[in-house]
Amino acid sequence: MNHLSDLPPVAAIVIAVFVVLGSSLALLGSVGLLRLKSFYQRLHAPTLSYSYGTLLIIIGSMAMFSLLEERPVIHELIIGIFMLITTPISLLMLGRAALRRDRDAKLGHDEIVPPRVTPSEAPAQPLRDLSNYGEGRLDKGLLSSTKDQPESEP
Amino acid sequence: MSAQLILEYALSYAQIAMVLAIGLTSWRVLRGPRAQDRVLAIDTMYINAMLLFLLIGMGNGNVFFFEGALVIAVLGFVTTVCAAKFLMRGEVIE
Amino acid sequence: MTRLVPHPLLSLALVLMWLILTRFSMGHLILGTLIALLAGWTVERLHPPRPRIRRWTAIPMLMGIVAWDILKSNISVARVLLLGPNHPSFHSGFVEVELTLRDPNGLALLAIIMTATPGTAWLEYDQPTGRVLLHVFDLRSEDDWQSLIRDRYERLLLEIFE
Repeated sequence: MNHLSDLPPVAAIVIAVFVVLGSSLALLGSVGLLRLKSFYQRLHAPTLSYSYGTLLIIIGSMAMFSLLEERPVIHELIIGIFMLITTPISLLMLGRAALRRDRDAKLGHDEIVPPRVTPSEAPAQPLRDLSNYGEGRLDKGLLSSTKDQPESEP
Repeated sequence: MSAQLILEYALSYAQIAMVLAIGLTSWRVLRGPRAQDRVLAIDTMYINAMLLFLLIGMGNGNVFFFEGALVIAVLGFVTTVCAAKFLMRGEVIE
Repeated sequence: MTRLVPHPLLSLALVLMWLILTRFSMGHLILGTLIALLAGWTVERLHPPRPRIRRWTAIPMLMGIVAWDILKSNISVARVLLLGPNHPSFHSGFVEVELTLRDPNGLALLAIIMTATPGTAWLEYDQPTGRVLLHVFDLRSEDDWQSLIRDRYERLLLEIFE
């Protein structure tokens, strides 16, 4: 066989467990992206694949190359740190963009989101009860009117 | 059944899983329904492609796939941030 | 010292990154140091809010708490995804939380922590009122998110940054 036969058996099994767990988490994140119903729920799915999915695969890769080359190989850590910093930023910006687009009346609401707090009324008002928003509740006003028209015409 | 063979099977399973994950995310890219869903799916696809590169590098015992993975990670971040900025404002550079 | 190396932490991290990406040698050390100094001067021109860290000892504790929470919420989100989104006990929604933290670096760190944790996504921060709009993936346990965030993360971040 190839380079894998140079690894000690115990280390090989540990690395195998790490790799299988990490890739299963990443696959589960992508399945969630497909199965979940609204955009704000789907926003949570990729965090599975980048937090512990990436971490486990990176640890497996570091352990394997360190054992093969018999010196500490830690450059995979840079990918880990980079993902740790950047992915929250991109998810944050995507979430804000989606919120802005859902509040914009011209674009046609896809989903009911809480309105923006106006500064004048905010101090008097306690924290709002937001249980009526989200969870795939579609705005019936704009979407249904655009959707029903093609159905009723033929 | 040696331990090395288990590792080889594990790496094959992981690579197949990542290819499957890329397929699932590309379906979400095609299906939408809105622009932000597509951008989110492209971001996830970049992460999965990066993990696939790392796994291929482990399978071949080749350190140079790591650099490809790093480039994919950087490109994915820049792509997603630009697309999100465009969705928010309607233009990238104001 | 402050004019030559305006951001010592950033420059040190860049030198370390350069040495990890290449193999250690004297030439790479010099080249990496030069690039790190240049990057430090460039960042100085942008006038970022300079982080003032009061208590270094609280940082490892915060990192430990965050790593443990991400692990826990990974498991719970994975369970929800396996059960399927139509499971009756699954319920997601928006939550509003009021913060006393005002330091921009601390807020950035808190936003990264909340977004990195599967199950909570930071959507919007309102500067004058200090209110944050979160989307929570699994509201099932009827937790008090306000006190959870205040006691778990905000207290430590206040100790570190203010």
